[in-house]
Amino acid sequence: MEIYLILLLDVINGTASLFLLCLGLAIIFGMMKIINLAHGEFIMLGAYATVISTNAGINIWIAMLLIAPLFVGLVGLLIERCLIRFLYGRLVDSMLATWGLSLLIIGIVTTVFGNTIQGVPTPLGGFSIGSYRSSYYTLFLLAMALVMMAIVYGVMRHTRLGLIARATMQNPAMANTLGINPARVYMGTFAAGAAVTGLAGGLLAPVSGITPVMGGAYVAKAFITVVGGGAAMLSGTLSASTLFGSLNQIGAYFTTPVYGEVIVFTAAIVLIRLLPQGISGRFLKGNL
Amino acid sequence: MILSRRHFLHRSALTSAALIGAPAIMRYSALAADNPILLGALHDQSGPLAASGTPMVYALNLAVEEINAAGGLIGRPVKVIHYDTQSNIQMYSQYAQQLALKDKVAVVHGGITSASREAVRPTFDRFKVPYFYNVLYEGGVCDRNTFCTGTTPAQTVEKLVPSAMKKAGKKAYIIAADYNYGQITAKWMTKYVKDNGGEVLSIDFFPLDVTNFGPTISKIQAAKPDLILSALVGGNHTAFYRQWASAGMKSQIPIASTTFGLVNEPSTLDAAESENILGAYGYFEELDTQASKSFVEKIKKAQPNTPYISELAAATYEGVHLWALGVKKAESIDRMKLIEALEGGISFDGPSGKVLIDKATHHTTRNAFLAEVKDRKWSVLESYPDVKPLDTASVCDLVKNPNDTKQYVINL
Repeated sequence: MEIYLILLLDVINGTASLFLLCLGLAIIFGMMKIINLAHGEFIMLGAYATVISTNAGINIWIAMLLIAPLFVGLVGLLIERCLIRFLYGRLVDSMLATWGLSLLIIGIVTTVFGNTIQGVPTPLGGFSIGSYRSSYYTLFLLAMALVMMAIVYGVMRHTRLGLIARATMQNPAMANTLGINPARVYMGTFAAGAAVTGLAGGLLAPVSGITPVMGGAYVAKAFITVVGGGAAMLSGTLSASTLFGSLNQIGAYFTTPVYGEVIVFTAAIVLIRLLPQGISGRFLKGNL
Repeated sequence: MILSRRHFLHRSALTSAALIGAPAIMRYSALAADNPILLGALHDQSGPLAASGTPMVYALNLAVEEINAAGGLIGRPVKVIHYDTQSNIQMYSQYAQQLALKDKVAVVHGGITSASREAVRPTFDRFKVPYFYNVLYEGGVCDRNTFCTGTTPAQTVEKLVPSAMKKAGKKAYIIAADYNYGQITAKWMTKYVKDNGGEVLSIDFFPLDVTNFGPTISKIQAAKPDLILSALVGGNHTAFYRQWASAGMKSQIPIASTTFGLVNEPSTLDAAESENILGAYGYFEELDTQASKSFVEKIKKAQPNTPYISELAAATYEGVHLWALGVKKAESIDRMKLIEALEGGISFDGPSGKVLIDKATHHTTRNAFLAEVKDRKWSVLESYPDVKPLDTASVCDLVKNPNDTKQYVINL
């Protein structure tokens, strides 16, 4: 019995981390159709921001929840102004440019901080369920995923800002006619996506191995989740990360971690074959 | 004398040509006199493996400086030609060709992963360039042109497993990286667990980009082992130790590893995450001998920001010195003379102690050490003098089959 509770926690852990990792990408890819191959490096920057400020003596919660998203958001803003704004509507060019960008960011971080860096210990600690042990941090990740979901939903549905953003994504020309400057909306959206990704990096910093190349381990899964989720930013990402996160964790538990990965990628291929528009393109039409 | 413009131009051109040419000619003749011996080297100084490769390069340069300070070899200085292979196997193949054909080096030291070694070894066999692989690895390379100076599982895993079992108990759970090193090491771990009367509950392999170890940690808890044996590799896999500690398992089940701490895990993880992990290698930076202390001091003096100085750096330093002793004994850099000299029982007293080349396997008989992480540093518990590479010796005999060039997978 206890083992099922523990397994449930694993599934929650996998789903919540995947959701957090993908949300920023879903904002950038889902809303603006920019394929940001530097997504993994934004995660890495968030993790580095957390580690460096924590090691400099700043409280870990402030570092994780405030400094990481702010820093990566600023980086995102800068990158949008210098690079991305020339590439809207040019899908292939944006892939090439962000791929180069990811190499550049890895290079800069390696040059400045070297190949390894001291990580931060996981806060909170563990608890037991019968003879099994798990970590409170898992529950914290779940809470953060729920909070982020609520924030994104609230902003998109119930604020003027969200309305403007959605309108611009649907029809930039019409939005422009009504007095909205699409360039500024794009800029803001990209920075927000980067900040959310930075937050994910910060949240995962205490439970990951932190190196300049760590982004590579996340980027492929983040992309299949966002593509599998389809056009609806929130419901698509949520459904796809629940599906892939659970499959991965349950697969890894009952078979081996190798098959855990294989199962996820196979499921993704089947999913895209059956639902080319992603889960939300079929079942959750009209949702956010 | 009437100097016409044509004359003037002609003469000044000649004079300047002579002036410009003179230093080049002089330098050329000076070079010809002490014509250096070229030592080729291939190490990853950038990319994911840079933290392993960088101290190896420092150690290699230190050894060459020492050789040159002592007057060089057979009256000639040694010059290093180093290429950064960028953690990319393709670069290994490309630079190996370049070292052999364009630079025409006398010897090559380098390679880090087993994949990189197998990418360059055939090239050096074909072009007859002696090759030193100075890294601990899974064992089994049997090649007269190649010298493997690092430890193999029979030298370290054989010590690690029984000590860990004595401390923790008989039931082991093995977790390893999913490529040739992890697969083969897991086999050795299984063998030594069984040899010592223990039981292996499960063996799990992980692709190098796995970052979430939640299900594995639950699985381990369900299996209730006394001990975890880890051959996890790389930055992503250090996440296991952190997630293990965050679930509060650190104090419950001890971990022994053949890879932990080879780069600088003890200093990058928090003390709570790494405390009491057991490891066994052919060298530790914390080793308390005079030779080891002065080795570490020299590298740190030249390179204050060096990553952890592990067996990789120590074996590289010892490998270069062994090669130098071979050249001195052969009084030549000729390949066959060098190989025969090295096979004649050459040994070097390095930072890890005495390292002796084994004639039949081209591996080394060397000391092994068992250590435990204490407060983010290794604390050496025990040393095992003159351990022989028995694993490779069971499949490889270069005295009988001098033309062998295979890497054997040792059947267990």
